[in-house]
Amino acid sequence: MPIEFEVNRKRVEVEVEPRMTLADCLRHHLRLTGTHVGCEHGVCGACTVLVDGAAVRSCLMLAVQAEGAKVVTVEGLSRDEGLTPLQASFRKHHALQCGFCTPGMITTAHALLSEEPNCDADRVREVLSGNLCRCTGYISIVEAVLDARTAYQRAGGGGNGA
Amino acid sequence: MKLPPFDYACPTSVAEAVALLASHDGEAKPLAGGQSLVPMLAFRVALPSLLVDLRKVAELRRITITNEGIALGAMVRWREILDDARLRTAHPLLVAAVAHVAHYQIRNRGTVGGSMAHADPAAEMPGIAVTCEAKIAVTGMAGARVIAAADFFQGPLMTALRSDEIITEIRLPLWPAKRRFGFQEFARRRGDFAMAAAAVFYDEDGGKAHNAHVGAIGVADRPLRLQAAEDAINGNSIDEAVIAKAEAAASASVDPADDIHASGAYRKALVGVMVERALRDAAGLKTT
Repeated sequence: MPIEFEVNRKRVEVEVEPRMTLADCLRHHLRLTGTHVGCEHGVCGACTVLVDGAAVRSCLMLAVQAEGAKVVTVEGLSRDEGLTPLQASFRKHHALQCGFCTPGMITTAHALLSEEPNCDADRVREVLSGNLCRCTGYISIVEAVLDARTAYQRAGGGGNGA
Repeated sequence: MKLPPFDYACPTSVAEAVALLASHDGEAKPLAGGQSLVPMLAFRVALPSLLVDLRKVAELRRITITNEGIALGAMVRWREILDDARLRTAHPLLVAAVAHVAHYQIRNRGTVGGSMAHADPAAEMPGIAVTCEAKIAVTGMAGARVIAAADFFQGPLMTALRSDEIITEIRLPLWPAKRRFGFQEFARRRGDFAMAAAAVFYDEDGGKAHNAHVGAIGVADRPLRLQAAEDAINGNSIDEAVIAKAEAAASASVDPADDIHASGAYRKALVGVMVERALRDAAGLKTT
């Protein structure tokens, strides 16, 4: 089926089978391989992207369901030069080791901080409970997200959808 | 795993959706939020020939609050329930239970109708529907009908829905402002399916509880009302002795099987503790 949607502020048209997940469409058709596919059944959170501003698991969404939607991937949350405040905070706090879960952590944390720039540590843990990390033990990730709050508070939140 | 092949349709009305379902000899499935169905496809537990996506059926997206109660359109997402300030007073038990549904990303997509149709015995929404005596409005080729929640769930992943029917609305009876309630769930990790959970509410008259409803999930092949625990509450003012009686009655009235997550004996004890804690929350009593 032909579908049309927006990815990282660009209109795209792709031809997909109905059974293709949004995650596979992003990676295979659009070569946006920053979105990682871990479990393929909605458990690990590595494939999290923003669809119309909301963090969702792209392995649990069909590409055909994205017709007309605005999708933002981890690529859309980076800059050509230098790190975003959230990325810089992940580096500062050593919030990654192998990096496989990191795209999902960044997209999820970005959605959370855009919606709730004043969230506390409990809320960060609650939200990140949907994202598995087998390296860090999460403490450094929670610290990185908490430390990035100031940047989102200054931006007045609402930056969701990048 | 990659999903098996299927056809896809995206109708804009209930009538059109029902006609599509009926045209595939029971092999078509409605697609709501996809948060249960897509994993089922990945595991080949479901192999439909056609998915009928309900995302463009606007009439299924409404939350209606009247003096008869609350009607949740089948395509209402968990996130919309949590974000709707009216529901915090119109149905605080629903909001408390939905806060336990899965994870942040899942709550942004998952729907009440999808959860009801999936009928996982450990899912929150079916438990709330049974506890609150909800009515489930469905539409098929033969027309619309309304099914009581107690008759809707028939076993694990089994419901009274016919293959050409879709859920249109879940209707919860009016929630009196002074009603007392508690919801308690135990899962090994936050967001996992409940090993056991309890929903409790009752009304008060002259300091005595009446109209007690005690629901349990995760301890049988479907959500249950625990009448023995309700009997222990009704007619009494809630004190330590009543709480202990309700806890014992709850445990005694279930017979969960052993599974990979816990022994039946553990779940039996756990559901008692969930009822005890939920009843404490309802009564405003501290945990001892």
